[in-house]
Amino acid sequence: MRATNFRIPRLLRSQAFRILLIYLVLFAVSAVALIAFSYWNTRRALDAQTDQTIEAEITGLSEQYQRLGLRGLVDVIISRSIHGDHGLYLLTDAVHRPLAGNLDGWPQVQSHSGHFIEFDYERRYGSETERRRARGRAFALTGGFQLLVARDVHERYETVRLFTTTLPWTVALMVLLGFIGGVFVSRNMLSRLDSINRTSEDIIQGNLSRRVPTTRSNDEFDVLANNLNRMLDRNERLMKGMREVTDSVAHDLRSPLNRLRNRLETALSHSEGDNADQIQSAIEETDHLITTFNALLLIAEAEAGAAREAMKPMTLAPVVEGVAELYAPLAEEKGIRLAVKPGGPAPIEGNKSLVSQALANLVDNAIKYTPEGGEVTLAASETPGGVELCVADTGSGIPAEDRSRVMERFVRLEASRNSPGTGLGLSLVAAVARLHDAVFTLDDNKPGLRATLRFPLRRPRAAPAE
Amino acid sequence: MRILVVEDDLEAQRYLVNGLKESGHVVDDAADGDTGLTLALSRPYDVAVVDRMLPKLDGLKLVEEMREHGNSTPVLFLSALSEVDDRVKGLKSGGDDYLTKPYAFVELLARIDALMRRRSPATVKTRLQVGDLELDLLTRAANRGATPIDLQPREFRLLEYLMRHAGQVVTRTMLLESVWEYHFDPQTNVIDVHISRLRAKIDKGFETPLLHTIRGAGYMIRARN
Repeated sequence: MRATNFRIPRLLRSQAFRILLIYLVLFAVSAVALIAFSYWNTRRALDAQTDQTIEAEITGLSEQYQRLGLRGLVDVIISRSIHGDHGLYLLTDAVHRPLAGNLDGWPQVQSHSGHFIEFDYERRYGSETERRRARGRAFALTGGFQLLVARDVHERYETVRLFTTTLPWTVALMVLLGFIGGVFVSRNMLSRLDSINRTSEDIIQGNLSRRVPTTRSNDEFDVLANNLNRMLDRNERLMKGMREVTDSVAHDLRSPLNRLRNRLETALSHSEGDNADQIQSAIEETDHLITTFNALLLIAEAEAGAAREAMKPMTLAPVVEGVAELYAPLAEEKGIRLAVKPGGPAPIEGNKSLVSQALANLVDNAIKYTPEGGEVTLAASETPGGVELCVADTGSGIPAEDRSRVMERFVRLEASRNSPGTGLGLSLVAAVARLHDAVFTLDDNKPGLRATLRFPLRRPRAAPAE
Repeated sequence: MRILVVEDDLEAQRYLVNGLKESGHVVDDAADGDTGLTLALSRPYDVAVVDRMLPKLDGLKLVEEMREHGNSTPVLFLSALSEVDDRVKGLKSGGDDYLTKPYAFVELLARIDALMRRRSPATVKTRLQVGDLELDLLTRAANRGATPIDLQPREFRLLEYLMRHAGQVVTRTMLLESVWEYHFDPQTNVIDVHISRLRAKIDKGFETPLLHTIRGAGYMIRARN
């Protein structure tokens, strides 16, 4: 399963998961509020019922007292104490000494609400006793007697207690289940997105035949995948067409150029003197034409991204060493110091041949435009943002306003009009840079020119995109 | 030497065949892949020059078939296609060398010579010798007569390549490809500078020069003019 690749932090950062979490919190809060509201309402209603009963009894009992006196009241209390189901009664004198009732003594008050009190009492069942909760009201009778009438509310009390102890667990369980559900849903969404991302990465790397996988559910992701795939089909067709055009342009121009050069060579072998010189210079012109054509074709190919298929992990350090070694004698002959700045291996994903050629073009240029006694420095270095390939010289440099222009095809500055070259050297470097997603810049080296290619960091290919 | 030329561009083919015949080779020709394959498999050739794009049977397929039949004739691909990965495809299919059209005939000839030389059963040589210039491949020592010559590693490889092809024209492109492993055309002719440095080391102060410039073609190392 690919899903096992996911690391949790990534999951937590996913949009799907965030939305789910927000909903989960919202749901939990409103559920708790709803439960709390109905709890308070129910409790108030139940209490009111109890309180009304107690009020009614107190009214009844005080009437009995007025009518029958203490004796009569005691009789009524005794009879109710025995037959009553939930009723609790206690009649005491002024100092709370019990006179009658089914409570052993004046209770310890646990809580007040208005005139009403709640307290615990002990009820006997045979030999066992049980502590139970009661709610009642104390009432002073004339003559200093105290009457306590209460009802057993233990069932209600227990329900509330159970309710308040289980509520946090219920909410916790709900949040937990929601969280697990969220993980599953966002994982599923992420894996769909990931498959799209992986496919895109592959295609960027040059594997144009890849397509986004679809499922049978025909959901939004499938619609997206199908649309992407249709777009990719079109792209592939266009790229293929482009490739065919490049190939046939190459073939259709190279074949006649080949015949032209062949004929000139044949003619040269049959001629002498002035004639031969003319033909020789015609061959040289043809060769120049061929060089320019090849450079243009290479630029077109690099731009079309066709060479992406030939991209492999590579390091720049040996490329720099190699090119420096190739150009060292030329530099020395011109009295220029060619130095390689030591750096790391500088790993990139690239086409070695094209990168070498781009670097050779830069070094060639640097040597060409640096006067005797100058210096050309090559460096490949790893920076936090990527890998840099740099060629710096102490030559005449390029005026700031011309720097972007020289990367265009065939642009040659006035100053270099008469030196040999096709005017495509820097355009090729720019095309190679684009092929590698690298940034090509020309800066002032004070004095001289500093050409830099900034390659992106090499990404592990199979890893899901961040 | 027997050479097979498979090329569908008839003018190019005629030129190629004539040129090779003038250079003293025996040449058979074919204008399509099928005929080329039949010829390649029925007669022994020292080298086959195969165009990359051929009617009936593509150049790549032709060479793959040859290799599948156990035929190991060295193949030089001629290609008018764009270059970036076509060279790799050509060499992968079993080709031994790759030349992009348009080419100079001397370049082609030099490469054919090199391919033939490669084919002759190369006894593992540990010493190369041209005139009084000796190269010891084991100790990496170079001597001209009694004089030791101090060579940089790349100069050693350059001299080794030249000496392995002693008496043959070696072009600048061949040197760039074989000694430096670059498949591009440096704008300035850097190879000439390397050669003149090497020449200064092996020929300067000696009576007979060994390293010769062949005008319009390249270089050659040989004992006598």
